[in-house]
Amino acid sequence: MLPLDLKPEQFAGYPPEARKLVTEYLIALRRLPLSFLPSLLREVVDYDFKFPAERKALEKELVNLSSLSTEQTKEWFQGFAAIRLSGALEQFDWVNAPAQFVEQLSSHLWTTHQLDAFRVAATAYAERLRAAVPPEAPAIPRLGITVIGQGVDAHEEVLFRKLRPHGAYFSHVQPENGLALLLDAMAKRAKAHPAVHAHWYIDGGQAAEHDAALTCVSYGALEPARGALSNKMRAEIERPGMGPETLRTLLAQLRPADLGFGRGADRGTNQANDATGDASGGKGGDAVLDRFQVKLLTEGSGTQVFSTTFAQWAAREALRRAQPLTLLVRFAPRQRQKPMNEMLVGSGGPPELDPLGSLVDADIGAYYNWLNQQRLPGAEQSSFLVWFENHGEAVAIGPSMPRGTESTTVVDLQGMLSWMA
Amino acid sequence: MTYHLPSRPKTPRISASLSGLKPNAASSNPLELSRQLAFTRRDFLRTAAGVALGSTLLHSPVALAGAALRKRKVVVITFGGGARDQETFAPEGQENIPHLIRELIPQSSFFTQVVNRGILGHYVATASLATGVYETVNNFASLPPEHPTAFEYFRKDLKRPSSDAWVVAPSNGFNRIGESNHRSYGAGLGARVILPKHLLTAATSGGASDYEHLLRDNYETPFYTPELGGNEFELHQLGMMLKLSVDDFKAHARTLSSPDELSVYIARRLMRQVAPSLLWITMHDIDIAHAGAYSLYIDGIRRTDRLCAELWKTIQSEPEYADKTTLFILPDFGRDSDDDSGGNGFQHHRTGDALSRTTWMMALGAGVREGVVYDRAVESVDLVPTLGSMLGFSASLAQGKPIAELL
Repeated sequence: MLPLDLKPEQFAGYPPEARKLVTEYLIALRRLPLSFLPSLLREVVDYDFKFPAERKALEKELVNLSSLSTEQTKEWFQGFAAIRLSGALEQFDWVNAPAQFVEQLSSHLWTTHQLDAFRVAATAYAERLRAAVPPEAPAIPRLGITVIGQGVDAHEEVLFRKLRPHGAYFSHVQPENGLALLLDAMAKRAKAHPAVHAHWYIDGGQAAEHDAALTCVSYGALEPARGALSNKMRAEIERPGMGPETLRTLLAQLRPADLGFGRGADRGTNQANDATGDASGGKGGDAVLDRFQVKLLTEGSGTQVFSTTFAQWAAREALRRAQPLTLLVRFAPRQRQKPMNEMLVGSGGPPELDPLGSLVDADIGAYYNWLNQQRLPGAEQSSFLVWFENHGEAVAIGPSMPRGTESTTVVDLQGMLSWMA
Repeated sequence: MTYHLPSRPKTPRISASLSGLKPNAASSNPLELSRQLAFTRRDFLRTAAGVALGSTLLHSPVALAGAALRKRKVVVITFGGGARDQETFAPEGQENIPHLIRELIPQSSFFTQVVNRGILGHYVATASLATGVYETVNNFASLPPEHPTAFEYFRKDLKRPSSDAWVVAPSNGFNRIGESNHRSYGAGLGARVILPKHLLTAATSGGASDYEHLLRDNYETPFYTPELGGNEFELHQLGMMLKLSVDDFKAHARTLSSPDELSVYIARRLMRQVAPSLLWITMHDIDIAHAGAYSLYIDGIRRTDRLCAELWKTIQSEPEYADKTTLFILPDFGRDSDDDSGGNGFQHHRTGDALSRTTWMMALGAGVREGVVYDRAVESVDLVPTLGSMLGFSASLAQGKPIAELL
C-alpha cells in the first residue's frame, strides 16, 4: 500500500488521540513518500503517551505539512522520493506497525547503500522544518545539574576534562549538605515555574528525599521492573527459533503493566501534576512516565545492567523528549564487571560495586548531559553545573561564567547556583 | 541473571524524530569529513611518533627488498567496535595506546583514512574485510559470506592445505567467516576457524555459576548465541593440532582477564604448532562500549593495544614468522561521533556518520616501509586484493583494489 491510498478507518487501531490527530491531517499525509511517512506515523501512534513538549512539536510539524502546496511538498521531499524501496516494504503493514517498518527500512537502506542518501534527505528536511517552525524558546533559561562520584573517597583521574574549557572550574567548593541544597534549588524552580514534566530528578541509585514537584526516575526504584524484564527475556531467549530481531519486536510491544508498573509500591516515580492536574490532556500523567521508563529499559542498551548507563541514557531521553527546564542527574556506583578468570571460578554472591570505574563513566556522562542540553532551544542562555559529590570540585557553565577559567574561591553550591542565575 | 539489550548494527537509527536531526557543526559532507579526519590523524601522528610523509618514500629499498621475499606470511588483526580518535590518536587519547603509538606506528606504514562503505555490524563488516566485497548477509545469522574469502583465493590459487589458513574469532557468530558459499569456491577451500570461547564452553561445560556472562556471544547481540553450523574447531583437536590438553587449556584460561586474551593465547599456540601462512585474528573486547560504560570501553582499548604489541613480539620471535611476516592491524569500522544527535557518542555505531565509517590501518613487517603515513583514502575492501598481491593470489571477485603503497 502507498500513502496515496490511506483511509481514516485504517487507523482504527491507534489510541484515541493519535487517531483523531492523524485523521485531521490525512490529506497532507497522503502526499508524503513512503520512505518518510512511517517515521512520522511512528511518532503519531505514540501521541497519547508523549510529553507536552513532544506533542506540541508533532502538532506543529503536522500543521506545517498541511500548509505546504503540492509543489512545495515535492520540493521538500524530493530526497526521500528518490529512495528506492522494495516490494516487501510496500506490502508491509506500515500503518499499524510503523516502528517495525522503520526497522526494516533501516536494514534496507544499509544493504542497498542508500543510507547516506537518506541521511542527506533527513537532514535537509530537519533544516527546512526548523526554519519554517522555529523551536519554541523555554519559559526560563534551562538549568542542568549533574552529580558524579558517589562513594569515591579519592581518585587519580583529572575530572571534567571535557567540560572545563566551556566554563569555570572550582576547586574549593564546600560540599556540606550539597545534594540537599541542589534538590532544594530544584524544588524552588519547579514551584516558581510549574509545568508538567518540566523539572526532573534522575538518580542512578536510590533517589534522595526530594520535593513532589519534581518528576523523578531512579534506577533503584525500577529494580522490580528490571527483574521482571530480565525474567521475560530469559523465557523468550530459551524459546526455539528466537533471534534478536524477534526479541526486539517483542520488547517493543511490552507495556508498563507487563513489567509491574501501576502496582503502587513498584512505581518508583512521582511527578508534578499540580499545574494542570494531567500530563497528557486526558491520559494520566503516570501513564506517560511509565511508558517512558519502560522504553528506557527495553530500548536502552546496557540500561538494565549498569546504573551509570541507565542514568546517562535516561537523561538523554528526558532531554530529547521532555525538554525539561531543570534536570538534576545523580550518578551512583554501578556493578563491577568481573574479568573472565573470576567468571570462570564462579565466585557467586551479590555483585560488587565499582565506584572508580563509575566515576569515569559519570564524568563522560556529565559531558553528554551538557551536550544534549545544548541541543535544545535556548542553549545560549542555559546553565550547567557538574559537581563531584561530597568533594570540592565542580565546573559551572553558563552565560555568566567565564570559559576555561579556574577559581579557588571558597563557595557552597547554593552560592554557585546564584552566580550562574 | 541480567542481559544487555541489543544494539542494532543493521539499523541506521533513523532519528526517533526526523525533525530532531541536526547537521554536524563542521560539515555535513561525508567525504569532506573523512578527509578532515585523515588530516587530523596525520597531525596527531606527526607529533606523537615522528612519522614521515608517504609520497617521499615510494620505491624505497625497503619496499623492493620486501617484494623479493619468498614464503611470505600474513597476519591480520581486526578489532570489532573501533575506537575513536579522541580515545586513541588524539593527544588526550594517546595514553590509552602507548604500544601502538611508541612501538608499532614508528615501524609501520599507516593509512589515516580507511573508509567502510558497507553495513556497520561486526560480523558482516568482518566478512566484507575478508572477501573484499561489501557483504549484505544478515549480521545476526550464522551464514557464510556470499563472495569468496581471502582464504579461499589463497588456498585455491596457491594449492595450499587447510592447515595453512586460520581464523581465530571471538564468538559463535563468526564460525562461518572462513568459507563462502560461492559456487566456484566455498566448501573445502576455506580457512579453519577456531572459536576460543566456544572451546572454553565445551571444556568447562557449565561448571561455573557466572559462566553465562562469559558466553555472551558479542556485545551487539549479547543475549543471542547462534547455533554452530560450520567446520568449527572441536575440543579434541586442541590436543591434536595445538598440543594442548583440555586441562592445561582450562587452567590457562583461568589466568586471563578477557576473551581477547584467550584468543591471543590460542593464536600464539597456533603460530607455534601449526604456523599458518595466513592467520586472521578478530578481537572484540572494545565492543563492550555497547553497554554504555565508558571506563570499560577504555579498558578494552588499552587491552587491545597491549595484545597487538604482544602479537607483534610473537611474530618477531617465532622462527617460522620472523622477518617474513607482514602484520596488518585495523578496526572493522569506527564509532559514532559525540556531535551526531542521532547517536549516543562512543556507545554505538548506528548513525553511519563519517566518524563511524572512517578508520585507519597499519601494516608492518616484511616488505613494508617503516614510519610512513598515507592520507589518501583507501577502502576496507582494498585489504583482500592487497593480500592477494603480497601472497600471490588473485582476488578476482573482490570490489577493492590493491594498495599500491604496500606493494
